Amino acid sequence: MSGIPPFELFYESHKGEVLAFLRRRAGRDRADDLFQETFLRALRAYGRLEHGEHLRAWVFTIATNAVVDAARRERPTTQLSVEPTGEDERPPVEELAPLTDDLPPKERAAVVLRYGYDLDYDIIGAALGSNEQAARQAASAGVRRLRKEKEQR
Amino acid sequence: MTAVPTVLDERFRSAAAASGELEVAYDVLDDTPVGRLLVGVSERGLCRIGFDPEPEAELERLARHFGPRVLRSPKALDGVRRELDEYFTGRRHAFDLELDLHATPEFHRRVLAELNRVEYGHTTTYGTLAAQVGAPRAARAVGTVMNRNPLPIVLPCHRVVGANGSLTGYGGGLDRKEWLLRLEGALL
Repeated sequence: MSGIPPFELFYESHKGEVLAFLRRRAGRDRADDLFQETFLRALRAYGRLEHGEHLRAWVFTIATNAVVDAARRERPTTQLSVEPTGEDERPPVEELAPLTDDLPPKERAAVVLRYGYDLDYDIIGAALGSNEQAARQAASAGVRRLRKEKEQR
Repeated sequence: MTAVPTVLDERFRSAAAASGELEVAYDVLDDTPVGRLLVGVSERGLCRIGFDPEPEAELERLARHFGPRVLRSPKALDGVRRELDEYFTGRRHAFDLELDLHATPEFHRRVLAELNRVEYGHTTTYGTLAAQVGAPRAARAVGTVMNRNPLPIVLPCHRVVGANGSLTGYGGGLDRKEWLLRLEGALL
């Protein structure tokens, strides 16, 4: 349990930037509900965290999931019916995440946020507590490592 | 940095408490007659009253004892706030609150249970309490229990005085002990 800050400190450190992110991604009207959804999800999962690292990337991942889920809920059913199988309903991140398990945490977060969630590098940089340039480097280092692993298999 | 509107912030804090996912919901009462108090409740009941809280230290302490899901949620403390208010204005002589002492060691719990029987406006001594828990020579240990009381005011350690009637000590400072005993009419 060591290293996991009390939820209050976690919430206070991230609430402003999470709200800003949600407003950009989902619009001002939807952002309020998504804000609550994001932090309630984070709260539910918080007791199962094993360490307090990368909490920022973690909460941005949850926020992105909340946006994706809300968009899926809102999608008209006619559009859903033309899709051939349920498989395609899965957001890319669910396919990507297991493949990246062995990457170092920062590279993994960058790869998942970039290719799983299609986030811009400036947002990923913010999520990782660094900057756009560093996020770009982490993502490409992660991709290089994945290629190498694939070749070795 | 985007400021989170108060309404949105409060709404989340209330929803978090209502979700049953918090280990501790707390609030800081800024202007009670005995100064600033941090009050915390768990699912089981009142689990913390702290004088002059240093927020970071208090939060770490709560997280250590109860788990990391600790959040300020004023609404969850409505009942506690009301009872304390009634007590401070002399309208309440006994608290009707569930108490959570599960993070408190066994011996401490026994002493605090005995302490809880000391009525409003009365005092007892460290030695008497020690004898009542079957450890007549443990007056000093009883002093330690009082000093570490997680729920001062509600568990009335201010009603414990020295054998000669002196106030001896108080975790929240002697001024407060004196104020509380005067409020209750136990000191003139």
